[in-house]
Amino acid sequence: MITKSNFFTAASLALALVATSSHSVAAARDYISIVGSSTVYPFATVVAERFGRSTGGATPKVESTGSGGGMKLFCAGVGTQHADITNASRRIKKSEFEKCQANGVKDVVEVLIGFDGIVLANSNKTKRMNLTRKDIFLALAKEVPAKGSEKLVPNPYKTWQDVNPALPATKIEVLGPPPTSGTRDAFAELALEGGCKAFGWIKAIKKQDKSEYKRICHTIREDGAYIEAGENDNLIVQKLNANPKALGVFGFSFLDQNSDKVHGSLIEGVGPTFESIADKSYPVSRPLYFYVKKAHVGVVPGIEGYLAEFVSEKAWGTEGYLAEKGMIPLPDDSRAEFGDNVKGLKAMTGTEALH
Amino acid sequence: MTSHSSDDNKKTASSNTALIEKSLARRYRAEKRFQLYGLMAIAFGLLCVAVLFIDIIGKGHGAFRQTYIELEITYDSDVLGLSDVTDAQQIRLADFPALVKQALRSRHGDVTGRKGKRELNALVSSSAAYELQDRLAANPGLLGSTEKLWLPADDDIDTYFKSLRKSGGAFVGRTSERQQAWLQALQESDEIRLQFNWNFFTSGDSREPEQAGIGGAAMGSLLTLILTFLLSFPVGVAAAVYLEEFAPKNRWTDFIEVNINNLAAVPSIIFGLLGLAILINFFNVPRSIPVIGGLVLTLMTLPTIIISSRAAIKSVPPSIREAAIGIGASPMQVVLQHVLPLAMPGMLTGAIIGMAQALGETAPLLMIGMVAFIVDIPGGFTDPATVLPVQIFLWADSPERAFVEKTSAAIMVLLAFLISMNTVAAVLRKRLERRW
Repeated sequence: MITKSNFFTAASLALALVATSSHSVAAARDYISIVGSSTVYPFATVVAERFGRSTGGATPKVESTGSGGGMKLFCAGVGTQHADITNASRRIKKSEFEKCQANGVKDVVEVLIGFDGIVLANSNKTKRMNLTRKDIFLALAKEVPAKGSEKLVPNPYKTWQDVNPALPATKIEVLGPPPTSGTRDAFAELALEGGCKAFGWIKAIKKQDKSEYKRICHTIREDGAYIEAGENDNLIVQKLNANPKALGVFGFSFLDQNSDKVHGSLIEGVGPTFESIADKSYPVSRPLYFYVKKAHVGVVPGIEGYLAEFVSEKAWGTEGYLAEKGMIPLPDDSRAEFGDNVKGLKAMTGTEALH
Repeated sequence: MTSHSSDDNKKTASSNTALIEKSLARRYRAEKRFQLYGLMAIAFGLLCVAVLFIDIIGKGHGAFRQTYIELEITYDSDVLGLSDVTDAQQIRLADFPALVKQALRSRHGDVTGRKGKRELNALVSSSAAYELQDRLAANPGLLGSTEKLWLPADDDIDTYFKSLRKSGGAFVGRTSERQQAWLQALQESDEIRLQFNWNFFTSGDSREPEQAGIGGAAMGSLLTLILTFLLSFPVGVAAAVYLEEFAPKNRWTDFIEVNINNLAAVPSIIFGLLGLAILINFFNVPRSIPVIGGLVLTLMTLPTIIISSRAAIKSVPPSIREAAIGIGASPMQVVLQHVLPLAMPGMLTGAIIGMAQALGETAPLLMIGMVAFIVDIPGGFTDPATVLPVQIFLWADSPERAFVEKTSAAIMVLLAFLISMNTVAAVLRKRLERRW
């Protein structure tokens, strides 16, 4: 009989527990819920941790869902079961903003927090590459202009020397993130499209057929020269170390931490350094954002405090702890502008030029 | 006739013997080869395990020790900006980092310029200030006094200091030449050393590698597993008892059996998707808490528990049941008083193996928001939590160099848990299982 009563108490206890707990938590949440980009994650988490430490209250929960996944959760509605803040390694899209509006998330505060450089690095054992965006486009696009004509052909280039006689005669082999990654999107937009635009006749297509232009400039070749190496940037660094002939695509903070193993290629003569990304002379860098649901400010405790911590000089300033973690800070005037936006909780108007 | 036949027999017998003798050596060789193949398979398996362990332990053992720097701290109320030491609010706002900076400056007095000061302050972890805060809050009498303390070093310093002992040469990384010179001086005067890293076991996650620990994730795993066990064991056992002892054998029970076996082979991410679609989106269970994790893992472990419980019940011999019925026990009494107690060791073994499986699972938790950065150690079933394998996943993806050894160390801890759970299962089976 003991066994029997044990079963029943255990089972009913567990069920009761689940029933009560899900009720009590759905009603109120005393910690901030943050979702979004895996690129902003390392920075948002530092701020969350410092904020939790200094106030003694609950530390915000930060989930790494990717920029798109974060927007989906963020725009799902108003109410404590939905996220309060989403991070993004690109600006909010027009379609996402409209979805937010449709689901009742009317007031969204946009904050630009800094920049992230994308590097094309190889092992220290081999010479540093000196590339242009045009070289990168010709080496990695699926279709490239045939030599001396205005026609597209499947990418015929096998070695870097084929692309540009000044480059070494090594096989084109680039390890990079898969299409689900924000880093990949940004790499295609900044590096490939940057090189693509160098061809005047392709640039002219943009005016007539935008999607065709995007297809030409953003599609990466699939014949084995570009190898999808997963979302883990540490893994790419390790693989580069094992294969000195390959190049890898990843975020600047990983280069910063592994300077003994890899070095970043010069792009248009500029190497990826903290200074060159901050003054924008390094061409492949992208903006980092976060978005705040204004309706939750005052409902979920601590959002104002978290925002104030994020836009304080000791965090996002030129010598702040985010810079220490590898984020490239904004210039002074932009920091002042977005800092004011945050303090006044100025919502987006919907008239911004979103894509 | 008889003699002829016996002669014949002898002849075939001797030719048989010759035949056997001829083939004997070959058959022995085949036997040996056969055994050798098995041995090779085991050796290969052991080699893989050994390589894995050597790699993980080689990378991870460093994380159990942490670099500490000795500093002479003066609790100066002017530096702290503190007038009343018993006021909790004032303690919280007091400038403890300034105490550390002052101590560093008085140790290495020759530093000028902004950059130099930054480099000097970067020697000691930002957690040192919190440590001082806790000390003063616990012991207000310290104000105005001076004491020597071992404070944790920053992760860049920690990585550099540990790499000094390795054969491959020091990893300079993000340390500057000036910092290396300071460390050299500290080393000569024995003011820097490696200590056992208790912090790694007691604290929650952090973005500063020297402050990060697995305490929060281990607690999250424990809470999630308690819930998983409380939900899945009674339900699993009840289902197994009914199916084995009471259910009629017909097409419906066959259908159910096929489905249970099927569920055991479904990829675990599917259970995560189910949790997202039904529990979170429909029943509004909050994300990222042990309750949702426990529910999803329950779905995942139920088939394992049902299957192993049925096997355990089946192994109880029918004679026990018949004897009980013979002296007048009802079917319920037979099950509760005789079959279940005898089958319990087998059922528990199955449950422990199911729990070990659930402990190592990340994929379904990805969908329900348990892959998250959570600093506070969860205190209950409704606090946001993460689990050990997720912590490993998150650290493996972090840019800071010092997280590499943390990742391997966390894997070692997880492996230790898994090994001990499986050992308990094996011991239980050996000790309690009756042979009939």
